[in-house]
Amino acid sequence: MAHLNLFAFGIYPYIAIAIMVIGSWIRYDREQYTWKTSSSQLLESKQLRKGSIAFHIGILGIFLGHFFGLLMPKEIWYLFGITTQMKQIIAIVAGGIFGLICFYGLTVLIKRRLFNPRIRATSNPMDIAILFLLYAQLILGLLSITVSMGHLDGAEMLKLMAWAQNTVTFNSVAAAEAISGVHWIFKLHVFLGMTLFVVFPFSRLVHMLSVPVQYVRRQHQIVRQRFVR
Amino acid sequence: MKVRAQIGMVLNLDKCIGCHTCSITCKNVWTSREGVEYAWFNNVETKPGIGFPKEWENQQKWNGGWVRNKSGKLELKIGGKRRILANIFANPDLPEIDDYYEPFDFDYQHLHNVGDTKHQPVARPRSLISGQRMEKIEWGPNWEEILGTEFAKRKVDQNFNEVVQKDIYGQFEKTFMMYLPRLCEHCLNPACVAACPSGAIYKREEDGIVLIDQDKCRGWRMCVSACPYKKIYYNWKTGKSEKCTFCFPRIEAGQPTVCSETCVGRIRYLGVLLYDADKIEVAANTPNEKDLYQAQLDIFLDPNDPVVIAAARAEGISDNWIKAAQRSPVYMMAMEWKVALPLHPEYRTLPMVWYVPPLSPIQSAVQAGHVGMNGEIPDLKSLRIPLRYLANMLTAGDEAPVVRALERMIAMRAFKRAQQVDGVEDAEVLKQVGLTPVQVEEMYRYMALANYEDRFVIPTSHRAYAENAYDLKSSCGFSFGNGCGDGNNGVNLFGTKAKGVRQVIPVEIKD
Repeated sequence: MAHLNLFAFGIYPYIAIAIMVIGSWIRYDREQYTWKTSSSQLLESKQLRKGSIAFHIGILGIFLGHFFGLLMPKEIWYLFGITTQMKQIIAIVAGGIFGLICFYGLTVLIKRRLFNPRIRATSNPMDIAILFLLYAQLILGLLSITVSMGHLDGAEMLKLMAWAQNTVTFNSVAAAEAISGVHWIFKLHVFLGMTLFVVFPFSRLVHMLSVPVQYVRRQHQIVRQRFVR
Repeated sequence: MKVRAQIGMVLNLDKCIGCHTCSITCKNVWTSREGVEYAWFNNVETKPGIGFPKEWENQQKWNGGWVRNKSGKLELKIGGKRRILANIFANPDLPEIDDYYEPFDFDYQHLHNVGDTKHQPVARPRSLISGQRMEKIEWGPNWEEILGTEFAKRKVDQNFNEVVQKDIYGQFEKTFMMYLPRLCEHCLNPACVAACPSGAIYKREEDGIVLIDQDKCRGWRMCVSACPYKKIYYNWKTGKSEKCTFCFPRIEAGQPTVCSETCVGRIRYLGVLLYDADKIEVAANTPNEKDLYQAQLDIFLDPNDPVVIAAARAEGISDNWIKAAQRSPVYMMAMEWKVALPLHPEYRTLPMVWYVPPLSPIQSAVQAGHVGMNGEIPDLKSLRIPLRYLANMLTAGDEAPVVRALERMIAMRAFKRAQQVDGVEDAEVLKQVGLTPVQVEEMYRYMALANYEDRFVIPTSHRAYAENAYDLKSSCGFSFGNGCGDGNNGVNLFGTKAKGVRQVIPVEIKD
């Protein structure tokens, strides 16, 4: 069991991140024509507006919450005068709100993708699979709130933070040890999260890396030369 | 002065017979693929009508093109850059497929396989998107052909704005029609380029052709909304936007575009225009919409002016391009004779595909004495197509340039008729419209005879010198994706469904 734990939470994360980085790199380099948002708004706009906006707002909030919540060392939180207990309450409230927004959006999007004949016919298997993966992950995340409500001392959260921070500092054994005692819902959530990294380069998720932030500072018009003189 | 060259086009609507050869040849070459069945890089509309996609000219609805904002700055009508990014999850100004039409095919195979039946078998339509049976085709690329559909629906055509008593044009005796072939305008101030968050759309410096880098396009769809002519199409299969390429591989080789080459009415002209790129921003930002036509004319440079020639050479424009600009039919029609006018200059994109307005039945009425004369020329108010309608389409509502163009065309006819039928030189008619006999002979040569070598004056790009031909050996010509690949490989690691798979479900045969 300890070996399985070490593999799932000490080794698998590195495999997942390696697949994501190398896979994305290869795809960007070799198959950039496939690098896209894969929008289906042309075929159905109304449901997409409802679902997509809610989904994206929710998931961006959740992403930022996880990023700072997991990776920022607890000492920095203390500096701002936020105790572990307070931080957990913040995480439960913010995560719950964004989670529910995201849940609403994703539900609309899944319904649209499965039951709108135009969208269904033009979906490839990965488009559907990625929605269900995200749905499962989101539901696990929301369920974990109920677990957290059971013990508001924040100890469980510290273990997860220790896992994340040990992972990014390459202490894989310590990372796996830190997480070994948490509730199985958290474990499944983390494992599925790593799996999302694995499928990232093979799905439409790659469009995350193409957020057009540079557009704000760009000139309006672009002129290119056909033949460089 | 920053001299740049642009390949422009003029379409002589007076000669368009609405045969759709341009659309069909274009489709066969460029958009006969899954994902863009609904897309027509070139289409021919019957006006008055709402057009394709539905009501494309209604910018209150689609928010295409540019506007001057309150502080007098030029801004995209869909909003500033921050608003565009804020709408990136769901574009509020995107037409849906039904605003174009749901692409369909017919179950032709059924006609072969049907066996003995009591009734004559029919090939019923099937959606090319969902593969499902379509009980009724509601709309198509050319639904309004020759005034199809009722006038009540067609009269929302924006060009009817401020046309007096527009309802009388619903009467059979008063009705009028004209054809409007449309393609990408390859604008000098393209809204699509400005709206692209990825920076995938660009204008080529050498010839002004606006293209979408298919590798860089991420499918944010803002270009579709920003283009006021709705000439960017989102490929629902590849998830990338596509547009008219002005047949750049042909232009580079000195050949006309496919639509121009195949035009049986010989209405299309291609030629080089030299313009001052420094003046674009000011011209596009002209406060009064009615001044935009003149502002656009003011950007163009005289290719025979030694100062311009020197400046063009300094910019690296080669002599064969300057020579082509001097012989350019587009320059003659737009600048010298002023018979060609831009399509909807009020969108402020500075379009580069121009139109000669069509004459409408009048001559026989003049001869029968039903129509008044204005000097030597019939009174244009009696033209069947209302002047205001043409002006709304071509000059942002200013009737004077339309009148000038139409009068000059009528004068050319009157002059040539007098010359060839009556054997006299009718100088009076020319004086009235401000043309010289030499000019009219040229107009006659270009617009009436319209020889191939006069219509198409396209300099080659000297590609052979610019590229190492040896490196191109056994490479692909025009392709999508990575080299010769189309991004869809057999392993299907990153790709989508295999190309060319038509989602048509075979019909069950029941006796």
